[in-house]
Amino acid sequence: MNMKRFDSLLPIVGVVGLLAIWSVATAAQWVDPVLLPSPIATFKALWSGMHGVLGFDFVKTVYRTIMSTLIAAVIAIPLGIVLGSSERLYRSLEFVIDFFRSTPASAMFPLFLVLFGVGDETKISVAAFGAILVILFNVAYGVMNARKTRLLAAKVMGASRMRVLFDVMLLESLPQTFVGLRNGVSLALVIIVVAEMFIGSQDGLGHSVFEAQQLFDMPRMYAAIFAAGALGYALNLLFLTVERRFVHWSGK
Amino acid sequence: MSAQHALRVESAGVPSTPPVGGVGKRPHVTVRALSKTFGKTVIYDNFDLDIPRGELISVFGPNGCGKSTLINMIAGLIPVDKGQILFDGMLLSEIKFGYVFQNYREALFPWMRAFDNIAYPLKLMKVPPAERRARTEALVARLGIKLDLNLFPYQMSGGQQQLVSIMRSLVVEPEILFLDEPFSALDYEMTLFMREQLQRLFMDTGMTMVLVSHDLEEAVYLADRVLLLSRHPARVADFTPVTAARPRTTVTLSEPDFVSTKAHCLDVFQREVRRA
Ligand SMILES: Nc1ncnc2c1ncn2[C@@H]1O[C@H](COP(=O)(O)OP(=O)(O)OP(=O)(O)O)[C@@H](O)[C@H]1O
Ligand SMILES: [Mg+2]
Repeated sequence: MNMKRFDSLLPIVGVVGLLAIWSVATAAQWVDPVLLPSPIATFKALWSGMHGVLGFDFVKTVYRTIMSTLIAAVIAIPLGIVLGSSERLYRSLEFVIDFFRSTPASAMFPLFLVLFGVGDETKISVAAFGAILVILFNVAYGVMNARKTRLLAAKVMGASRMRVLFDVMLLESLPQTFVGLRNGVSLALVIIVVAEMFIGSQDGLGHSVFEAQQLFDMPRMYAAIFAAGALGYALNLLFLTVERRFVHWSGK
Repeated sequence: MSAQHALRVESAGVPSTPPVGGVGKRPHVTVRALSKTFGKTVIYDNFDLDIPRGELISVFGPNGCGKSTLINMIAGLIPVDKGQILFDGMLLSEIKFGYVFQNYREALFPWMRAFDNIAYPLKLMKVPPAERRARTEALVARLGIKLDLNLFPYQMSGGQQQLVSIMRSLVVEPEILFLDEPFSALDYEMTLFMREQLQRLFMDTGMTMVLVSHDLEEAVYLADRVLLLSRHPARVADFTPVTAARPRTTVTLSEPDFVSTKAHCLDVFQREVRRA
């Protein structure tokens, strides 16, 4: 009974444990302090960084990730609905979609560099490319797997094809669409951070991690890694919250 | 217009097989020369049926004999291969009807509150929102069903959900209602309650109802007539009238007439099952 009250604190156990091991490891010098700075030094770097250059990089990465996800969603959702509502159409494009979905988006960097130069457009469009395929695939499946009874119910009540599409299929596909969006934004973040490291980038979290490593500024490097982790976690949480609110019937 | 009229005369003139209804009772639904095959399986071959107006017809028969297929073809959910189905001489598209699915969980829209689910057919008919509200509220009041219609379907019990889906089928004021095993996904207590609700609804409205049931007692208990089908290709094995007065109650179940009607239906059913 008494234990129950502390159950909500359980997630903190892992965090505290990790920090404890980390502190002991650095205090006892089990690891070279140059490779692993103390938690205090790291969080100091994180705190001051977020009020300065790291904060700026953070905002840049957020902007690029959100932009690429938005572009991907705007393209992939309508396309996914069209593909999903015609199973024959989807089957005829399935291989192409699966092929590019399986192609590492990073392999497309050089191509997009040629197309868009070294600016933001390249990073955003490569990430959007990756996210589009993930979202498209999920939306199309969501539409295709709309409950048959529900479609029949709408039809038997006299709904036209368009009505069935907008009133039923679209809403039926929402849970799966959100799965696509969450996977899409995670993938977009991965691609953006990698792009920021390598292709002539001047800012962003990827650039920050890479630059700190080049300068051997380990606390700053860890700080940037944590910032990227927090960003990924927050984006996922954001989409989950929106999903719970708008797709309240999901899984019920 | 004249063609339509001609059809009407003709369908009324064709002797119905088997003969139904008392004197002067015009059939509501006439099924003529209906054929349907799935792949190589012939489900219906030249099938004729008259459904009398204002009666509750239970459809009973062996598993997979084509009960669902029959009401789905009559309700236009699946196309017929051949044949003609008319409603007092009119086509399905000219009449209002309701259909209740067995799987209420998948038939209702989980993104809409119960009230909006019930009102949805009116939206399809382009009835303005204020009138939709009024008509839905009027229906709920008339049925006297106490339910919180602000809930989403997934917040309701199975029986409540099926009630909502029955109300949804009634909101357009249909002249005929099709129900495909509407209670078979409910627990026993809820099934008994829902049978009473359906009987009351039938007595209040006098609407023609076609109910597929896999429970013989339920089929006989609710019906004015039990349509017994043979294995496919399905024929009418018997179209047994049930004369017990309404409202029927648990007492009815043990009355001699009811018991013998049920025994007769069981006989016909077993004969048909063995025939295969
Ligand atoms: N879409 C379909 N494609 C192929 N065969 C089908 C299809 N729908 C039904 N059938 C077959 O047609 C026959 C009649 O099906 P139907 O669903 O009408 O039977 P039923 O009498 O309602 O059976 P149950 O008692 O199981 O509800 C069955 O043998 C079934 O397997
Ligand atoms: Mg069936």
